[in-house]
Amino acid sequence: MTQAEALKEYLLRLADSDMILGQRLCELCGKAPALEEEMALMNVALDLVGQARNWYEYAAELINDGRDADKLAFRRDAHEYRNLLMTEQPNEDYAVTMGRQFFFDVYHYFTLKSLTESSDERIAGIAAKALKEATYHLRRSSEWVKRLGDGTEESHRRMQEAVDILWRFTGELITPDDTDRVMAEAGIGPDPDQLAKDWRGMVNEVLTQATLTPGAEDAWMYMGGKHGEHTEHLGFILAEMQFLQRAYPDATTW
Amino acid sequence: MPQHGDSDSRSAVDILIASDRVPANARPDLLTEDDIWALLEEVKDPEVPAVSVVELGIVRAAHWDGKELSVDVTPTYSGCPATELIEELIAEALRAAGFRDPKIKQVLTPAWTTDWITDEGKEKLRAFGIAPPEGSSSKMSLLGEPEVIACPHCGSKDTERVSEFGSTACKALYRCKECLEPFDYFKCI
Repeated sequence: MTQAEALKEYLLRLADSDMILGQRLCELCGKAPALEEEMALMNVALDLVGQARNWYEYAAELINDGRDADKLAFRRDAHEYRNLLMTEQPNEDYAVTMGRQFFFDVYHYFTLKSLTESSDERIAGIAAKALKEATYHLRRSSEWVKRLGDGTEESHRRMQEAVDILWRFTGELITPDDTDRVMAEAGIGPDPDQLAKDWRGMVNEVLTQATLTPGAEDAWMYMGGKHGEHTEHLGFILAEMQFLQRAYPDATTW
Repeated sequence: MPQHGDSDSRSAVDILIASDRVPANARPDLLTEDDIWALLEEVKDPEVPAVSVVELGIVRAAHWDGKELSVDVTPTYSGCPATELIEELIAEALRAAGFRDPKIKQVLTPAWTTDWITDEGKEKLRAFGIAPPEGSSSKMSLLGEPEVIACPHCGSKDTERVSEFGSTACKALYRCKECLEPFDYFKCI
């Protein structure tokens, strides 16, 4: 795999994960447990979709086949999507919503932090902007994990269940493939070993404070999202997200 | 209902279109970069009309060589929905001053920080009922507690955070335990 090919692939992964998690969070608009939580979730979603646009725009320039950011987001099918499986998992109860957010936020925070020092200046610029937002997201989701984990008997039970349900998707966050390695060697992407170490360190710290038990490091992990092999959920997300653009392709006025 | 007088028979659409046109008697060639900054000072943030885009630190640079005018703007947040509107408002203000084709360029680096809000801008935010960002963004710790936020209405420091996010991405929601008023806090990033 050439560096140029890996870069396009890597940008789509960053963009798709932001996009899909943003879309997932938007499903809670009008249904969140409290007004303040709804505002927070929608603002996190807004940040993620904004970041996705920045990554898509750069990806579109490099792919250079006439597709713009909108076409990349709204005209690719599930097998072309490169998002992490974690981001497409359903919202379920609030423990799962926040647990998913927390596991992703830790990955996102350390990834972006490393990308601010990327040898690719455009990536470093987008990451510097996004890092400020991701830091805030992480602060919020880790507080929720602690509050629910170290809360009542029921909140503890449900938060632990959420950790157990989601654990199988955490491996993909920190397991590198060829694309990740090519990016790391080029000084564009994060060092995979460091990312894994940082992720484990912070997850263990927060889960311990939350009186929660993490899963086993050698547990079976679901992977494939980065290569377009998704869980059954992604197709449904895209069906809803892309309906308008598919029904009225190239419409100039909505 | 308002009556249509003879003095101005133009429809709202005409006025809107007219505001987009370059006035015939405008002489932008006589304007300096200082004049341009003064024009930009008049462009207000659509969400917070009390402060200008310059005071918020959104306008990063203006270049005018007598022929071409370019203005660099930076978004406050990656997904800020006001960014495009702000760019359009800036372009409109410049066209109204006679600049035919102002170039508005979006720059992401360096990333916007609340440290760029001017002292005057912070005071205006407070007067508008929004607590300005406290402290410097570089001193924020990752999981640390935020500083004490003073109520913009009564000045009390006995306040509590209600929500990490407020009416827009750039704000959090607080409540004053002294005067019991809720208020927005412009988050420090």
